[in-house]
Amino acid sequence: MSYLNSIWRNEHSRGVLIQVFVLTGFFALFSWLIGNVISNFTSLNKGFGFDFLLLPAGYDINQTLIEYTNRSTHLRAAIVGLLNTFLVAAVGVVLATLLGFILGVARLSRNWLISKLAYIYIEFTRNVPVLLHILLWHGIIVNTMPHPRQALTIGEVLFLTNRGLYVPKPIAETGIGLVWLGVVAALFFSVGFARYSRARQRQSGLQWPVFRINLVIWILLPMLAFFLAGQPVSLNLPVLTGFNFRGGIQLPPEFVALTFALAIYTAAFIGEIVRAGIVAVDKGQREAAEAIGLKPGQVMNEVILPQARRIIIPPLTSQYLNLTKNSSLAIAIGYMDIVATLGGITLNQTGREMEAMLMVMGIYLIISLLISALMNWYNSRVRLVGR
Amino acid sequence: MAPQRSQSARGYVATVSLPALPPPIGTSGLTGWMRQNLFYNLTNSLMTIFTVVLIWLLFSSASGWFVFDAVMQAGSKQECLKIDSGACWAVIGKRIEQFMFGFYPEAERWRPLVCFLLLFVAIGPLLLPSFPARRQMLWFSAFYPVLTGVLLLGGAFGMPPVKTALFGGFMLTLIVGVTGIAASLPLGILLALGRQSKLLAVRTLSVMFIEFMRGVPLITLLFVASTMLNYFLPPGTHFDLLLRVLIMVTFFSAAYIAEVIRGGLQAIPAGQYEAAQAIGLNYWQTTRLVTLPQALKISIPGIVNTFIGLYKDTTLVIVIGLLDPLGIGRAALADANWNGLSNEIYLFVALFFFVSCFAMSRYSLWLEKRLATEHR
Repeated sequence: MSYLNSIWRNEHSRGVLIQVFVLTGFFALFSWLIGNVISNFTSLNKGFGFDFLLLPAGYDINQTLIEYTNRSTHLRAAIVGLLNTFLVAAVGVVLATLLGFILGVARLSRNWLISKLAYIYIEFTRNVPVLLHILLWHGIIVNTMPHPRQALTIGEVLFLTNRGLYVPKPIAETGIGLVWLGVVAALFFSVGFARYSRARQRQSGLQWPVFRINLVIWILLPMLAFFLAGQPVSLNLPVLTGFNFRGGIQLPPEFVALTFALAIYTAAFIGEIVRAGIVAVDKGQREAAEAIGLKPGQVMNEVILPQARRIIIPPLTSQYLNLTKNSSLAIAIGYMDIVATLGGITLNQTGREMEAMLMVMGIYLIISLLISALMNWYNSRVRLVGR
Repeated sequence: MAPQRSQSARGYVATVSLPALPPPIGTSGLTGWMRQNLFYNLTNSLMTIFTVVLIWLLFSSASGWFVFDAVMQAGSKQECLKIDSGACWAVIGKRIEQFMFGFYPEAERWRPLVCFLLLFVAIGPLLLPSFPARRQMLWFSAFYPVLTGVLLLGGAFGMPPVKTALFGGFMLTLIVGVTGIAASLPLGILLALGRQSKLLAVRTLSVMFIEFMRGVPLITLLFVASTMLNYFLPPGTHFDLLLRVLIMVTFFSAAYIAEVIRGGLQAIPAGQYEAAQAIGLNYWQTTRLVTLPQALKISIPGIVNTFIGLYKDTTLVIVIGLLDPLGIGRAALADANWNGLSNEIYLFVALFFFVSCFAMSRYSLWLEKRLATEHR
């Protein structure tokens, strides 16, 4: 008894003992669960395997980025769904970031009306569930927007109807390569120029207006290439024929509602993150910058933002991740993302719940682990080295 | 006439008093405030005017739909349209009982109502330090979950049993939300401690659990709960769907809570741990008396945010067929009488969520201020 007591009293042996207990318990639970699965599967005559992915899917998807028919395989349907997820996530992230930064700056505006307006927007938006946002916007588009014949339009180019948003379709013609070359050249130039001017500033203290010059280059080079190549892009405009639009790209109401709702919802969080990041920069930094005579724009760009960025980026990334995960709510309005294809129709048709859900969860898990690994790397890079 | 100035070698001396400068622009009073906050330069003034016009346009176009042209009483959407062109709030009035209780039997609705009222008695002493007879009332708080369970499910003390499949509406939101919040905090604390543990096995398992739960969308977990959980249990086990949802929601938000609390634990200076060890406290004493109270205090904003997130996420249960307010609303939309009134219904549900979530975030701000003991 006293021997056992002495094992428990020793910190090291107690640690070993506890871990043995925990691991035994965990593996017992795990093997019990797996055992249950096996006995349930055998009694139902179900197998386990991923060969169902190669069977023809047999269902249609209304929005596909790659070629797909209902005779394609379940695997291809899943890839179409995954690409649709990425599409919503990408567009949503861009819109949410733009709107979020505007909101964050508006919250800090000296103008009382604008900062209060941003505050009201943020509170109303983030205190309502995102699923409700999605359903509300979907309802607004489907029930309140006009028929194609009375479509709301911006300059006869964009058309908003209850069947979705119609946008012009750019069609590439011969010579498009030159335009891409212009874009690539602008990219290389802007990166190189930013590096050069930073090095120059470190050495001599002299500054170039880097952002403005790069902006001009980004507009100028592709434009130049565009006209040199003889305007190799033509637009296929949506045109009303009969009861519906022909031509252009139709963005279905599900896509528009989902992207819009996710962007609006996430922007409220991003706005608060941006505000908090800017406020968190020590007041003395701003005062010191003003004291050495920097202009308001320089104070913001050279002193406040570089420090705020370190605070803003980690929570910003997790908002992007949230947006991506929230896009799984697409299933509530019938947008065909990875959950609706692989985890929805494919699952129901093949009866392979276990495999399909494992794959769906695995995909989301990989995405979020990758992004958080990236985030950890960034954090360790920008971390202030303490004393 | 310019003032005469002496040009002597002694320097500049004014011989007559200079005219007084104009007074500085007032910064007090209504006009001063407006000048400071609304019109302090040209751009600012333009922005203010633009915003006022925008607000006025929004208000004048929306107020008609919301209030002046709205219909409060009608039997169907068609009747609404005959009366006026605005919102058809009549659908809310007709379905309000379903929105509140779901399909809970009408004769028994006093039971959830009693539970709802007692909820305030139960959480009052937890939330407010100045609650009367707080010590004694905390016993009631501890007993409250049992009481609610008995009242809602029935089957005892002569109350007829009610199936959980009939639960719905705001009542369901509150059940899932409050249970999830109450159960995920202790689990989250344990997971956070596990993740900070020196024992490799404990740490690895905690990390795996947390990262898995945070890495997948809640909706997939709910799918697992509704379609696959039976495979993991011995054949023939019956497991109530609501209970499965409660467990999944709890696990999900516990992982997020754990990360918030871990942040709090990491923010505590090492001196606190060392001092606790120096006076001879063991691990659990250190945690309970020294580190955890401080960590919880600084994690309050994060914890409440997670709770608000959980509360909002309860709406996802419609995807697996439970009838929370959104589910009830969608059922009403499927009714031919109310087809197409999605704006009215969703805005009503949104109002409910806004009120409860906004109240939670205000409470968190108040608590933060009260607990801020460090002197600034």
